[in-house]
Amino acid sequence: MMPVYAGETTVTSSTSLPKEFDSFPKLVERNARIFAARPAYREKEFGIWQSWTWAEAREAIEAIALGFIEMGLQKGDHIAIVGRNRPHFYWSMLAAQYAGAIPVPVYQDSVADEMAYVLDHCGARFAVVQDQEQVDKLHEVADRIPALKRMIYIDARGLRRYDHSDLISLADVRKTGEERKAEFQGELQARMDAATEHDTCIILYTSGTTGRPKGVVLTNRNVLMTAKNSCAFDTLTEKEDVLAYLPMAWVGDYVFSMAQACWAGFCVNCPESAETMHSDLKEIGPTYFFAPPRFFEGLLTSIMIRMEDASKFKQKLFHKYIDLAKRVGPALLDGKEVSAGDRIKYRLGRALVYGPLLNATGLSRVRVGYTAGEAIGPEIFEFYRSLGINLKQLYGQTEGTIYITQQPDGEVSADTVGVPSPDVEVKIGDNGEVFYRSPGTFAEYYKNPEATAETKDTEGWVATGDAGFFEPDRGHLRIIDRAKDVGKLTNGAMFAPKYVENKLKFYPNILEAVAFGHERDYCTAFINIDLTAVGNWAERNNIAYASYQELAGHPRVYAAVQEHVEEANRSIAEDALLSHCQVRRFLVLHKELDADDGELTRTRKVRRRIIAEKYEPLMTALYDGSDSVYIETEVTYEDGRKGAIKATLEIRDAAVVTPDAQKMAAE
Amino acid sequence: MTHPVMQEDTYTTPDGRKIGGVVMEMKNITLRFGGVTAIKDISFDIREGEVRAIIGPNGAGKSSMLNVINGFYHPQEGEVWFRGEKRGPMKPYQIARQGIARTFQNIALFKGMSTLDNIMTGRLIHMNTSIASQAFWKGPAESEEIANRERVEKIIDFLEIQTIRKTPVGSLPYGLQKRVELGRALASDPSLLLLDEPMAGMNVEEKEDMSRFILDVNDEFGTTIALIEHDMGVVMDISDRVVVMDYGAKIGDGTPDEVRKNEKVIAAYLGVAHD
Repeated sequence: MMPVYAGETTVTSSTSLPKEFDSFPKLVERNARIFAARPAYREKEFGIWQSWTWAEAREAIEAIALGFIEMGLQKGDHIAIVGRNRPHFYWSMLAAQYAGAIPVPVYQDSVADEMAYVLDHCGARFAVVQDQEQVDKLHEVADRIPALKRMIYIDARGLRRYDHSDLISLADVRKTGEERKAEFQGELQARMDAATEHDTCIILYTSGTTGRPKGVVLTNRNVLMTAKNSCAFDTLTEKEDVLAYLPMAWVGDYVFSMAQACWAGFCVNCPESAETMHSDLKEIGPTYFFAPPRFFEGLLTSIMIRMEDASKFKQKLFHKYIDLAKRVGPALLDGKEVSAGDRIKYRLGRALVYGPLLNATGLSRVRVGYTAGEAIGPEIFEFYRSLGINLKQLYGQTEGTIYITQQPDGEVSADTVGVPSPDVEVKIGDNGEVFYRSPGTFAEYYKNPEATAETKDTEGWVATGDAGFFEPDRGHLRIIDRAKDVGKLTNGAMFAPKYVENKLKFYPNILEAVAFGHERDYCTAFINIDLTAVGNWAERNNIAYASYQELAGHPRVYAAVQEHVEEANRSIAEDALLSHCQVRRFLVLHKELDADDGELTRTRKVRRRIIAEKYEPLMTALYDGSDSVYIETEVTYEDGRKGAIKATLEIRDAAVVTPDAQKMAAE
Repeated sequence: MTHPVMQEDTYTTPDGRKIGGVVMEMKNITLRFGGVTAIKDISFDIREGEVRAIIGPNGAGKSSMLNVINGFYHPQEGEVWFRGEKRGPMKPYQIARQGIARTFQNIALFKGMSTLDNIMTGRLIHMNTSIASQAFWKGPAESEEIANRERVEKIIDFLEIQTIRKTPVGSLPYGLQKRVELGRALASDPSLLLLDEPMAGMNVEEKEDMSRFILDVNDEFGTTIALIEHDMGVVMDISDRVVVMDYGAKIGDGTPDEVRKNEKVIAAYLGVAHD
């Protein structure tokens, strides 16, 4: 195994956590010693990047910790952290740990009610908050959080004339800490020495789509073993730069910007504000970068739109070299065989197109990039990889200190989430559900033993709620759907609706797809066209249409959708396990699925059961062999009035690939 | 030197701010344009640290009043006293050096220049080095620009316009342009800030933002603010004292509550039934 960092000690054993590094304060102390002059934190403020070395950061953290003790922070206290990514918040979290307390980061944009719940549930006595907005929010719910004694604010603006009996600025806390160092130094040292790997490191509340958020308790061992293993996996060193822009209350930010940063000693860069993230990204040029798929989608769209406006010559150059990159880029990245001619052309492309493009996006220095959270379109994924960005996928959750599986360098593909991360055991349950056990597995849900028992069994296996399987040839995990959504066809084959829908949704023409098949003979789908993409296409092809309904029912649109469905079928057929999920019959819906009509959730997830009930006649027609069906649908207009749309929809059969034909093709 | 009317008495606002003595006093001002009398015999004062509003329906003479305050118009009758001195005719830069800055009803920014550069122009009265040394950016010119830039960046941070720092202001939405203009006025470190209809043409959300910024400027920098508005609702929420004008005459003066109850004011705004 590679050495974890270029430090004093080289850690080689993968299952033990060295005693000298079993808590965050110990890591910070080490970094202040061996990386004293290296930058630890940067923040863009007043138009320039302000930076702090590890030695300076340690000094600030220690002073804040002393200030906390002076204020009466006890060992084991919970301290809420409410704000956007700023060094002062990271220091406050570390200072809390110096003083033996447990930081509880809270989503700063959550409404007062949610915040009150979390603060009350963890019983926080102190809260470090960003500004007046957060102070006002907590004052509003003060009667529900009786334990909260004091708020420590960073930005004094507008707070000058507030009653300061429960308020103090972080600068004042730090000043007190500096002034009374001699008095509390002994106490601080004692608390730091007393920390063990089994102490609670942090509590992260998961946003929870249903019910109240749950507080995931992670111990020092959970977090630091994960940091150690993941730093080794991607050989992260003190030379990395990350941009801290994802919510501090999310486990990812805690692992990337705190755990790994402290373990490897690299620099955490904080943007000026949430809105300036793109320009700050460009200025910093991180070497280690995480973003959800929608970030990459949005960036690609903006690149393409800007190229449309470029001169003819530039457009030609761009498309020529992007085509080349798509052909040879991923192979080069994976170290595969590429002809000498293509290599030279690719180099030329880098000088003319890829280099400037990456530079403009801020991704030119990315050495390790991850995306996770949901499925990423293969085209989008391949686009970035073809430019030479080592973009990979990982799969994880808060309960496992994020890492469950990840893709090693050179074994990357759009449809898998990789192999189990170091020290993580993964098994597939009888119903296809993914279970894991790892050093990062959470201790418990705070004050919620029932939920803990439901999620984690006595042997430490955690149920993810996701269904997946390991690819037989490469041993990579593939997540197909939420376990509760996975059904069975009448012939007993597994049916994973989201897997099918995602395959279809990757086509820009298809906005939404709803797949059916549970307890049916075969799989069918409703398709929603994307009005922007299809409308654009119609305009270019001189297809006239008066309404969404007319466009959706146009024979040429049907033909295009049929092509997509059949192509998706061929791709689905490649998976032996899921080949029965090919779409036999489909129709294009005459109206856009809408959250106002209850067909989508507010986060735009399709509600299959409700859609199936609402469009009962369509469902019947899909399975009784008819060619067309008449339907009247009630719609809700934005002002709340209701109306009806009538339509006769065509139902088409799509060609499917039979497993036998596939086998023959393989032979 | 002190004028006898310059009282040193102070008062405290309901939210606990200490308001100081009189900084500017208008005494029996009458302003005429040919045969039109824009302002008729108006007197009022502005005190240190307060938010003072001048309101009135369209054509009441508010903007003329503001132009008298900042010395652009010279009243035919009456006196303007500023910090204990009677004001004679002045050039705009002399007024700026006195610590008075203003914004305009119809935004008067340099449209082709960035937000940053526009606000930098507000620092001009604090720049003393010669054109030559500024051109070569050597010695004192360099440190002077850095110091000024620092001040400007603090203002950008204060007004939360970091995202548009490098954007040409002509391409910005109206509400943001108004904010940039406020930034430029702030850049001269004024002790008295005059705002001419800062919320005209804004939607409710933009008005709320602007109100917050005005209060924060007053609170954070201790700047005395005189503003003109015809939207009564907003003004009543953020001002300490309000002067109400109608047809060039003063029809009310006092705290928002007093003004709200003033029958002449109600009549001017809502009309009155003649029976």
